[in-house]
Amino acid sequence: MADVAARPTGKVILGTDDMHRVVDRIAHQILEKTHGAADTILLGIPTRGVPLAARLAGRIQAFEGVTLPVGALDVTLYRDDLRLRGARALGRTDLPPAGIDGRLVILVDDVLFSGRTVRAALDALNDLGRPRAVQLAVLVDRGHRELPIRADYVGKNIPTALPESVRVALTETDGRDEIRIEPEREETTGI
Amino acid sequence: MIKHLLSAADLDADGATRVLDTAAEMASVAGREVKKLPTLRGRTVVNLFYEDSTRTRISFEAAAKRLSADVINFSAKGSSVSKGESLKDTALTLQAMGADAVVVRHPASGAPHRLAGWVDGSVLNAGDGTHEHPTQALLDAYTMRARLGRLSGLTVAIVGDVLHSRVARSNVLLLHTLGADVTLVGPPTLLPVGVEGWPVKTSYDLDAVLPTVDVVMMLRVQRERMADSYFPSAREYARRYGLDAARLARLPDHAVVMHPGPMNRGMEIAPSVADSPRSTIVEQVANGVAVRMAVLYLMLGGSR
Repeated sequence: MADVAARPTGKVILGTDDMHRVVDRIAHQILEKTHGAADTILLGIPTRGVPLAARLAGRIQAFEGVTLPVGALDVTLYRDDLRLRGARALGRTDLPPAGIDGRLVILVDDVLFSGRTVRAALDALNDLGRPRAVQLAVLVDRGHRELPIRADYVGKNIPTALPESVRVALTETDGRDEIRIEPEREETTGI
Repeated sequence: MIKHLLSAADLDADGATRVLDTAAEMASVAGREVKKLPTLRGRTVVNLFYEDSTRTRISFEAAAKRLSADVINFSAKGSSVSKGESLKDTALTLQAMGADAVVVRHPASGAPHRLAGWVDGSVLNAGDGTHEHPTQALLDAYTMRARLGRLSGLTVAIVGDVLHSRVARSNVLLLHTLGADVTLVGPPTLLPVGVEGWPVKTSYDLDAVLPTVDVVMMLRVQRERMADSYFPSAREYARRYGLDAARLARLPDHAVVMHPGPMNRGMEIAPSVADSPRSTIVEQVANGVAVRMAVLYLMLGGSR
């Protein structure tokens, strides 16, 4: 997960207004591609995927009056890099009461990078039920995939160099809406 | 996270809260169709039990299995221990088998501490003599927090055979760390020497303590550890320190009744109290699995 540095550095890629436009566009694309988003569930991956999923659901509600169930899916226990790093505190997993069986699950995350988080999320879903299909919505695709995974909905493609870091700030978690690109990652923030 | 969990005092307030928060997430696994996580795949957990145990051993085994660890159960009965093998030699055997964690219960206080010096993996104390039982204290704290919403500022009475109770020692340490106030209640013969130095209040009068507590934790009278007579008779003990329906009525409405098990029904706790909705005894067992999953994950899940 991209952490926001205490003192922002680097270059702003998207400001508040642009970010809202991007979220609006993803919401429209979801409605279009799913023909009205029937039987669809939005599952955010903590930390910033969760408020993003809520925002998408809010926009979809505003555009077409459809209320989508929103949940959270923590993938920490399914990660493949646990042994490389210390055991981490867990995020919240919170599924809609009706479950995910037979539904279209759209995973929502802030940044798509190596694809390992999404791989972990797919494994976690496998233990929770059997969705009809799984799609992926991300705010930023920064490239450098290490697994054969792609997103169905992309807010913005940002070409990056490997040592650079993409930091997404959201009002809900960070007090402002903004996407920055920073020259060097101080610590590994493998996504 | 700490390498070994030998005492409840190994955890500071942040560490203990982290265990409880992690346990809250682990608890949701019990309600799923697939009650298994891949987190400790390929790790080996040895349950080394030199003393009888039902719930602790099963609870650790269930916790390790739900995290996909391989579990080797070792009980002293039926092993080379009955041929006279020492704890150290057993430890070296486990070491050679590549145990990532050893969960140990032993009748001698301090045995897990010695073991930690002989093996490379983590050692988890599952009860040593009359010393400590830290995961029991964690699951008790988890249960209190789940029922009452907080730990800081709670008043907890721990009642009965404190002298022989590792559960009481670990609970006193952990509850003190987490900001609860503990009162130990029991006959003078069953309160340990030196209890003045513990961060607790003490009382010999259960009836005086009951109206002001949030939690009353009854301890089992451990007759197997009693060489002398600590009280005149079981009936007299039950009359003065047993929790019966009349005493239950004296508790504040929100207060809960806990017992680490196994219970002597009719001695320290009346059957009607043990089975009442205010008793958390069955919850404690269920919470034990979640708490032990959290401990195993936090100790073994990361890099070594």
